[in-house]
Amino acid sequence: MRLLTLAGRRLLAALPALLIILAGLFLLLQLAPGDTVDALVAQVGGGDPTMIEELRRHYALDQSTSARLADYLWRLVHLDLGHSAIYGKPVIDVIVERLPATLLLMGSALSFAFAAGMVLGILAARRVNRWPDTLISTLGLVFYATPSFWFGLMGMFFFAVYLGWLPAGGFGTIGGGLQGWALFVDTLRHLVLPTLTLALIFLAIYLRIMRASMLEVSTLDFVRTARAKGLAEGAVVVRHVLRNALLPMVTLIGLQAGTMLGGSVVVESVFALPGLGRLAYESVMQRDLNTLLGVVFVSALLVIFINFVVDLLYAKLDPRISGEH
Amino acid sequence: MKLTRRELLLSSGALAASAFFPPFAHARAEAGAPRKGGVLNVHLASEQRILNPSLRASTGVYIVTSKIIESLVDLDADGKIVAQLATAWESSKDGKTITFKLREGVKWHDGKPFTAADVQYNALELWKKHLNFSTGLQQNLEAVDTPDAHTAVFRYSRPIPLDLLLRALADLGYVVPRHVFEGTNVLENPANTAPIGTGPYRFVQYERGQYIIAERNPDYWRKDQPYLDRIVWRIITDRSAATAALETGQVQLSAYSQLALADLDRLSKNPDFEVTAKGLEANQFNNTLEFNFRRKEIADIRVRRAIAHAINIPFFIENFLYGQGRPGTGPIPSTSTAFYPKDAKVAYPFDKARAEALLDEAGYRRGAGGVRFTLKLVPIQNGEDVPLFATFIQQSLAAVGIRVEITNFDYAASLAAVYKEHNFDIATGWHQYRGDPAVSTTVWLHSGSPAGSPWTNQYGWKSEKVDTLIEDAASEIDPAKRRELYAEVVREIDEQFPIWFAIERDFYSVVSKKVHNGHNTARWPSSSWHDTWLTA
Repeated sequence: MRLLTLAGRRLLAALPALLIILAGLFLLLQLAPGDTVDALVAQVGGGDPTMIEELRRHYALDQSTSARLADYLWRLVHLDLGHSAIYGKPVIDVIVERLPATLLLMGSALSFAFAAGMVLGILAARRVNRWPDTLISTLGLVFYATPSFWFGLMGMFFFAVYLGWLPAGGFGTIGGGLQGWALFVDTLRHLVLPTLTLALIFLAIYLRIMRASMLEVSTLDFVRTARAKGLAEGAVVVRHVLRNALLPMVTLIGLQAGTMLGGSVVVESVFALPGLGRLAYESVMQRDLNTLLGVVFVSALLVIFINFVVDLLYAKLDPRISGEH
Repeated sequence: MKLTRRELLLSSGALAASAFFPPFAHARAEAGAPRKGGVLNVHLASEQRILNPSLRASTGVYIVTSKIIESLVDLDADGKIVAQLATAWESSKDGKTITFKLREGVKWHDGKPFTAADVQYNALELWKKHLNFSTGLQQNLEAVDTPDAHTAVFRYSRPIPLDLLLRALADLGYVVPRHVFEGTNVLENPANTAPIGTGPYRFVQYERGQYIIAERNPDYWRKDQPYLDRIVWRIITDRSAATAALETGQVQLSAYSQLALADLDRLSKNPDFEVTAKGLEANQFNNTLEFNFRRKEIADIRVRRAIAHAINIPFFIENFLYGQGRPGTGPIPSTSTAFYPKDAKVAYPFDKARAEALLDEAGYRRGAGGVRFTLKLVPIQNGEDVPLFATFIQQSLAAVGIRVEITNFDYAASLAAVYKEHNFDIATGWHQYRGDPAVSTTVWLHSGSPAGSPWTNQYGWKSEKVDTLIEDAASEIDPAKRRELYAEVVREIDEQFPIWFAIERDFYSVVSKKVHNGHNTARWPSSSWHDTWLTA
């Protein structure tokens, strides 16, 4: 119950920000030259005045900006995200279709980056300034500096085209009618390359933070105390250093959840995955205001939720921090 | 109503051809008997909003829907009209009445019969009111009579050339079922994304952002066809990823030049694939340069000619386009044999000295830093080569003392800048020629379209003479006279030079050699694929 009240309070506090973001984005997009009918006509290679006028009426673009903004906000109050111009169905349906791919990709990339970053960070910190540290840190730098589309394409050409081990893209074998275990394996095979591609840059960040934070914590007094009372090295590292060093890592998850939603545009395009990032990109290109605002709305909720979970995790890791204060 | 001799020959010839040369006869000669079965996977580069070719004319719509929905007529390998849902056609002497005989025994995928009432509804409610390019073409259509269930009589208030109508109907004559659309809001009809037609394949599933699936229609009117079990269109927006999908065998076809030029060049050396412009002749495009006459320097014909003289087109084709193109010779491309003027030539070939002389003569001498004046160039982002050409124009014009500032927008914004706000001095993009100059090309030249319609004349240029020629040609029913009128249009455009058709380009397909009976018509990626088959 306390959890629910807390969650409700968080959501309430985020509402004004959400409203400002949506209204701001709406107005910002009015400044972008061209509307969704221009984009449509561009896509089909031309149209005549009759058709264009008819379509403007169809998409309610013949009304004033203020009237459309008021209409949008009024519908939002009723939790109606409106109708998607590109897809011709309610925005909420379009987003729900795209959510599984996004969550799967984000979840797996975030967990992989977190786990691998943590392990590599610990290894580097334990052997600081010796060759494993240098190797891991250099690797981290390479991951951080390489653009993810390049990683994606190279991975695709090496593992899919040259070796033929993994599929080149897509979210599953089409028309295979797979179920149960076979479906799981198939999805897994399709997710390996995109997950790695999306995770590498975040892995590099986690690795650096983990290494630095381990080194910092290991010089603190309570670590010296633990060693002094004769604890084994393993217990010192896991129970005392690691637990405290994890705090900045957990903070980072909350911060990066949003970045990862944005960063997945490239990965989703390269690997032809039907995620929210590509949907957002396409709605900008096609000036599909309702869909874009819907994506922003859902993404914002997602980020708020993740940060809420992160706060709960804080309290778990460090009892001195509690969600109530 | 009487048939002219020529028209009788034309329509009966087409009938005879389709009766005596069943499509697979050609295949036998090529690679043994067609095999039944298999799945053809096709690359789809961008997702369309709706899959209804009687509401939206676009190659992106055709590449999917033409397998599910059929048009009245189609083209053969030489670009000649062949029967599809219409089996015969004739024009009255005055060119105002066109009669179509429709195929009997054809059923919609939902089991209802296809009749003249369907054609009547499509023509009057969809082709005339909604379909892009068609609303102009059909603007004089007054009524469609249906004396019996398999005859449709189109009545026009002005004569319409039969050749023009038939050629246009191959693209703009797709028929969707009246009983599904009538009485609904056609733009929001669910059948727009779950199409129902008469074609060789039936729609199965559309996963947005991923794929579209169609399967064999067992009740297709061509007996024993089609051969393929299924067609799957995979939506892959990234060009490099699409190439990888071809190389891993995930897809077997990418049509209409949707891959990177470098990849086309590379795949043409791969023995598993064929890179071909054959089978796509029905669509041609030009890299163009549009001039804004509102700018006083541009309004001077000597400046426009100087700009063309300053740009080395053969060099650009050779070094940037992998040799894929020809210097343009005016609004009608050389592949359009029915209309290409015999005396067409490159009007203003590369000649830097001549360009400088013309600019001096116009009174724009080099000022500080050798600059004569500055122009704003808006690239209209149709394809990968547009930014390249924009940069090439910038550098070529710098050499003759014209400074060019490139203003980059995305696709929709660049169209709005040029065609709505007229916020440009020069612009460059693609123009598509669709088999007959009256379908889209003369629309681009005729004056009087309101601002905001892309690919219409928004240049602040108007020529009474060109307008009259275009209007006369659109209702001239004698093909020879029509051809002469268009030759005159070409000469006039070369002379007045409101738009430069700089480079003539073909569309390319990359297709796996497992695909048979592929690219055997002039618009194959947009045709029904009823005779297409795959080797195992």
